[in-house]
Amino acid sequence: MNAPAKLRIATASLAGCFGCHMSFLDIDERLLELIDLVEFDRTPLTDIKTCHPCDLGLIEGGVCNAENVHVLRTFRQNCKTLVAIGACAVNGGLPAQRNHLDLRDILETIYETEGGLARGTHIPNDPELPLPLNRVHPIHEIVKVDYFLPGCPPSADAIWKFLTDLIAGRTPTLGHGLLRYD
Amino acid sequence: MTEKDIIDTILTKHGREGTRLLQILREVQEALGWLSPPAITAIARGIGWPRAKVEATAAFYSFFHLRPRGKYCLLWSDNIIDRMQGSRELMHRLCEKLWLEPGRLSEDGLVFVHTTSDIGMGDQGPALLINYRVATAMTPERVDAMAELIRAQTPLAEWPAEWFAVADNVRKAGPLLSSFTPGSALRAALARGAEAQLAEIGASRLRGRGGAGFPTQRKWQACREAPLKEGQTRIVICNADEGEPGTFKDRLLLTRYADLVFEGMTIAAYVLGARKGFLYLRGEYRYLLEALDAKLDERRRAGLLGHAILGVADFDFDIEIHLGAGAYVCGEESALIESLEGKPGRPRVRPPFPVTHGYLEQPTIVNNVETFACVTRIAEHGAEWFARLGTPQSTGTKLFSVSGDVVRPGIYEYPFGTTVAEVLEAAGVAQCVQGVQVSGASGTTLTGDELSRRLCFEDVPTAGALMVFDCRRDMFEAARNFAHFFAHESCGFCTPCRVGTQVVARLMDKLAAGHGSQYDIQELSKLSRLMKNASHCGLGQTACNPIVDTLAKFRPAYERRLMTLDFVPAFDLDAELSQARQMTRRDDEAAHLFTAQG
Amino acid sequence: MSEKTTFWLDGAEIPFTAGQTLLEAARRAGHYIPHLCWHPDYKPHGSCKLCTVKVDGRFVSACTTLAQAGAHVENRTAELDDMRRTLLQLLFVEGNHFCPSCEKSGQCLLQATAYELGMMSPHFDHFFPNRPVDASHPEVMLDFNRCILCSLCEQAAKRDGKFTFVMGGRGMRGRRVILNSESGRLADTDFSSTDHAAHVCPVGVILKKRVGFAVPYGQRRYDQAPVSLLDVAEAIK
Repeated sequence: MNAPAKLRIATASLAGCFGCHMSFLDIDERLLELIDLVEFDRTPLTDIKTCHPCDLGLIEGGVCNAENVHVLRTFRQNCKTLVAIGACAVNGGLPAQRNHLDLRDILETIYETEGGLARGTHIPNDPELPLPLNRVHPIHEIVKVDYFLPGCPPSADAIWKFLTDLIAGRTPTLGHGLLRYD
Repeated sequence: MTEKDIIDTILTKHGREGTRLLQILREVQEALGWLSPPAITAIARGIGWPRAKVEATAAFYSFFHLRPRGKYCLLWSDNIIDRMQGSRELMHRLCEKLWLEPGRLSEDGLVFVHTTSDIGMGDQGPALLINYRVATAMTPERVDAMAELIRAQTPLAEWPAEWFAVADNVRKAGPLLSSFTPGSALRAALARGAEAQLAEIGASRLRGRGGAGFPTQRKWQACREAPLKEGQTRIVICNADEGEPGTFKDRLLLTRYADLVFEGMTIAAYVLGARKGFLYLRGEYRYLLEALDAKLDERRRAGLLGHAILGVADFDFDIEIHLGAGAYVCGEESALIESLEGKPGRPRVRPPFPVTHGYLEQPTIVNNVETFACVTRIAEHGAEWFARLGTPQSTGTKLFSVSGDVVRPGIYEYPFGTTVAEVLEAAGVAQCVQGVQVSGASGTTLTGDELSRRLCFEDVPTAGALMVFDCRRDMFEAARNFAHFFAHESCGFCTPCRVGTQVVARLMDKLAAGHGSQYDIQELSKLSRLMKNASHCGLGQTACNPIVDTLAKFRPAYERRLMTLDFVPAFDLDAELSQARQMTRRDDEAAHLFTAQG
Repeated sequence: MSEKTTFWLDGAEIPFTAGQTLLEAARRAGHYIPHLCWHPDYKPHGSCKLCTVKVDGRFVSACTTLAQAGAHVENRTAELDDMRRTLLQLLFVEGNHFCPSCEKSGQCLLQATAYELGMMSPHFDHFFPNRPVDASHPEVMLDFNRCILCSLCEQAAKRDGKFTFVMGGRGMRGRRVILNSESGRLADTDFSSTDHAAHVCPVGVILKKRVGFAVPYGQRRYDQAPVSLLDVAEAIK
């Protein structure tokens, strides 16, 4: 019998801190076991920049700007299974703590009225820069999400348990100690 | 007079009683315009309550304002029927004329325009409350004139009186709505004796007219048997918090047949040995207060209330009117009792039930206005006469409030068991009927194919409201209107109702905006089940009835709004970039997001 | 008279004494029924609805329903736990429960109950409320964005003869804890950090100031064992 085809995985960090990716790397030597089972598509780990059709997409971070929306939609179109990883993807996390403020006030304060700004500083308007959204959203408010793995970040053990469950065809479950929101 | 003196006068008038808190708050607000923090403090001191408890009550009721509301406060009745009559357009017309936004006090602090839950004028809308006075039958011309009066700051007393006229619109009267000699029924009850009168009610098989249909005799019996502690009395409460959207029959009874109602309460007092009665009148019917108080005085002078009623030693009973202040949930009997005690109208944990532990822990009955009117007729004509009317399980006649797409909206009295079609035929339906909402927002939605169903507890139970929708109407919009009504009226005590009603309203808005998918319809069904099973009281348990019914019977009205097969966000993604676009003055392609996938 | 009788909870026979609620009796017998607004020292409130159980086919709150001999009570069934998970999700989107920045994390009953029920996401769209944070008091701060309206602070204050916290207002946008001062600030009430109310909050609304990550990860209350075990251990103790 042939070895089963490897699962293709893509990962991305939207409005996050890359902490979930760092925690992913914390699975350490289990990474070697993992690459026997999967191959990586777009991810900061491979530096591949575009997402191709995949079995599994892992999204870290919430959605705070237009580019995040594009990346998230590309993932949803290409990944059979989409997973929200970490507090920010699951509920907006730290970036969403700006949501009770008006974005206009934030931009004005940061770029125009805050003390210590160079003379003539203005709100950046280069078309190369993605525009921020009025509010930061967890990814499930923008696209349909299949699984959620909370934690800030989820621990390496939680990520390992989650991925090995998924790869083995089991619905992922995290018991006491692995399921955490902080 | 200073503010302090004004408050003090009002406090004194109410004996500095905490149970009179709603009345005190209303009168202070009527005098001072709003309830300022120092006013709340002064009231709390006056009644000897902790300040936070007074604020907790004031913050509960829609008609109390902890912020200034301006000299003119105009609240448009926002039931689906008012909307069908053009209330939204008129409200926006008024706002445009006055240069303001709904829900926001004008910058000069002069005027506030917004919506309010159904004010009970479905037969003569569009209607609104102008400084809590009912105005009916609004037209664009009236709205234009109103804007002028407001701008000129003309006192309300000088506004055209015909705007404030409330028509009776009795379209079909029966034995309940017929002439009555005050005292005659009470005399008959006294002649029978308390026990025999209670048996008479039992023999009549009278069931409560508020919707649930509980046998009146059983409620009274339980209250009568409940033990009294030292210093306690039994309490008779008339529930005139007619808040169910589309219902306005109690308005008529209180306007034209108040004697029937008060006499029924007095008969109840006689049967129960109760010494104290309350009429809990919804805040929207504030305009009836003076006339009802005058009626009570008249009855006192006639020896029908007060000490030794009709000369019977020891038969002492009197009635006090309490005005509500804009809270649908107070129609639930234990919430109503909380409100009578000066507290937020939050339904109690039951048991114990009011019949043993009601107003101030005393055995209490709460009955609907129409139920008391029936009691009077039963005392007058006997149980046998009453039980001959209607059906075996639903005796007597019923008042129906008919509104919506009919030629003659108003009040119809028919025996229980009458078909929907019969009532609609009398009311006149110009177009084919698409749906009828029976018994208000929490009731049953019938399709045009179900008009042969009978209005009675054996088939379609009802408190008497029939809202009629013809073929031009969109039943989804009716359900969406009700969803917002419940979100606004949820007391907020329990999780499923407090948050569930809000999520449901938001999902309905999502569908209305064309952002919905089958996924969202499934969400509605899931939340409906949760709220029905886990909510603390009837409000949350029935809040999704119109959604469940319309999803079953008018599903295409939902499906035609599905613009997408896939899940899409509830909000317009491009609009989510609006503030950044405004601040950066960008309008290039990358400064936009299109909601379509990809 | 305390005649012992029994009812059935998920097939187990539970003894109870007259006047005991389903929740109390189950807990004493070592069976966990999820709850948030219930606390052993206070009168049951019955608002969170997490303790909803099915008694002979009817849904009731276990904290306010008296045990009846012979009743068949369903508790940890898939149907009920699914309802509870949805209730938790409603609470999480109603407020702002950003656990990583909350001092209560690891000792929070809301969080621990969500762990117990395997809540993986808030599921619904967030409301992102903007409720007040009150730092006026020298020793204690209040962050109402985390409030689940359980009313325990109101009841605990009453135990000290105070009305510092009173539940008021209406609906999701209005219902809130009202502070007993004209300014609405905690510092202007008669609150003291030694009051029962200072220690009763099951979530992170009422917190001592100048305490940060006092207990290391891994050693906090619910790091050590799930709430289902700790809750009944406390009852039996």
